Amino acid sequence: MCWINDDGPMNEIILSSRVRLARNINKIPFPSIVKLEEAENVIKQIKEAYENENKNFDFFDMKSTTAVQKQVLLENHLISPDLMKKGEGSGALISNDKCVSIMINEEDHIRIQTIYGGLQIRRAWEEASKIDDLLEKNVQYAFDENWGYLTSCPTNVGTGMRASVMVHLPGLNISGNINKILQTVVQLGLTIRGLYGEGTDIVGNMFQISNQITLGRSEEEIVENLTAVTNQIIEKEKEARSLLISNSKVQIEDKIWRSWGLMKNARMMQSYECLKLISDIRLGVDLEVLPKIPLEILNEIMIETQSANIQIKYDHELNANDRDIIRAEIIRNKLRNME
Amino acid sequence: MICEQCGKKAATVHITKIENGKKSDMHLCDQCAVASSPFHMSPTFTMSDLLAGLINSGSVPMNMDVLQQPKCDVCGLSYDRFKSTGRFGCSNCYTVFGERLNPLFKRVHGNTTHTGKIPSKAGARIKTIRLVEKLKIKLEEAIQNEEYERAAQLRDEIKQIAANSKEGAADVLD
Repeated sequence: MCWINDDGPMNEIILSSRVRLARNINKIPFPSIVKLEEAENVIKQIKEAYENENKNFDFFDMKSTTAVQKQVLLENHLISPDLMKKGEGSGALISNDKCVSIMINEEDHIRIQTIYGGLQIRRAWEEASKIDDLLEKNVQYAFDENWGYLTSCPTNVGTGMRASVMVHLPGLNISGNINKILQTVVQLGLTIRGLYGEGTDIVGNMFQISNQITLGRSEEEIVENLTAVTNQIIEKEKEARSLLISNSKVQIEDKIWRSWGLMKNARMMQSYECLKLISDIRLGVDLEVLPKIPLEILNEIMIETQSANIQIKYDHELNANDRDIIRAEIIRNKLRNME
Repeated sequence: MICEQCGKKAATVHITKIENGKKSDMHLCDQCAVASSPFHMSPTFTMSDLLAGLINSGSVPMNMDVLQQPKCDVCGLSYDRFKSTGRFGCSNCYTVFGERLNPLFKRVHGNTTHTGKIPSKAGARIKTIRLVEKLKIKLEEAIQNEEYERAAQLRDEIKQIAANSKEGAADVLD
């Protein structure tokens, strides 16, 4: 997965940057009402267009892909929950390096997604745009001179573009400043969402920031706006982190070392607990409380300890208890030589 | 008054519900009122409901809708149906519903005109028009600066583009 291995800029705070473009084919009914035969035809056209220039990809037909495989793709951010629910007549093309996924017949005929590590929104947009040009060679896009790219939902019309960053904000969250940031971001036409677990608590201090407006702003403006806001949030987060360590050094160190102890020694681990602890470890590495653990290892733990990612390695069905035991084992193995 | 639900505690919450024109009263104790929570939003409240609300909130001039109820001739989606689902059926719906969509776009995006990427095939015409517009401005400048040789070049370039465009010169040179 390319966003994991990538030494992306600002990756001590920004996990990944993502862009998705919604595209449709002229005069063919949108996926919600399209006939199966036409849907299959859309898949064929897109596959052909992509195949012409790229050989290193896999196609996942939503009819023949198993529920566990679908869940793995979802956990790895390669398909959406909506595509997962679909069956016949929809699928996803996923590049071998897993930077690019093209969902076919989800809400729109085509959803191009690119994802890179750290703060690289522009790169994600440029790569997505290249694939967009490539696909257009094979199909007639639904495009209006006034309204831009036409989409199934009015909230995507125009550029059809949703750019987002996944940010890790423990400093702002622990110091109680996160709400101020949330409010400001919303006023700038962006959306920010916490990664929620059970209930309303934000798990692991992870937030996703994305653009809301797709009509009347160019892709360039969307990229620049989101990058500028993200850069400011990075500054604030850095400030909050250094305040934390100077004002409550022992408390923060205690929190981090406790989490480290659990990660290194626990024999059973639930997924929400794992996300919470990883957040502390990330913070600990950045504040140099903990040894320099490669962020790649922490990203791997985040991905590989998710339920379906665990299940797919076993032939028999695991229950929650089994998974908790395996999860703890994976974490201990990954962190074994880190001290 | 005793709570209707548990029949034990005193009813302290009194609810009058009017559903489809029918009125009903409920008298509950604190606990049963919380448990039955009659003020809950419908659990299926979705993005579509929100959008449908926006489309329906008097944003479209009345006379437009009274005169005609457009229906897409490609996918069969009626404007009425669009108003309740908030989803288009196909790209042709945009053309059929036409200008009545602008108030909705204004509400959702604050804008009604695309300013971003133009696809090379599907947007060939508008791309040509924009290029010609740009060249015309340069032509004006050249004339004002009395660079007549350059002006002649630009004029030929514009003519060439117009001649090459599929829609013919008239459309592009407008």
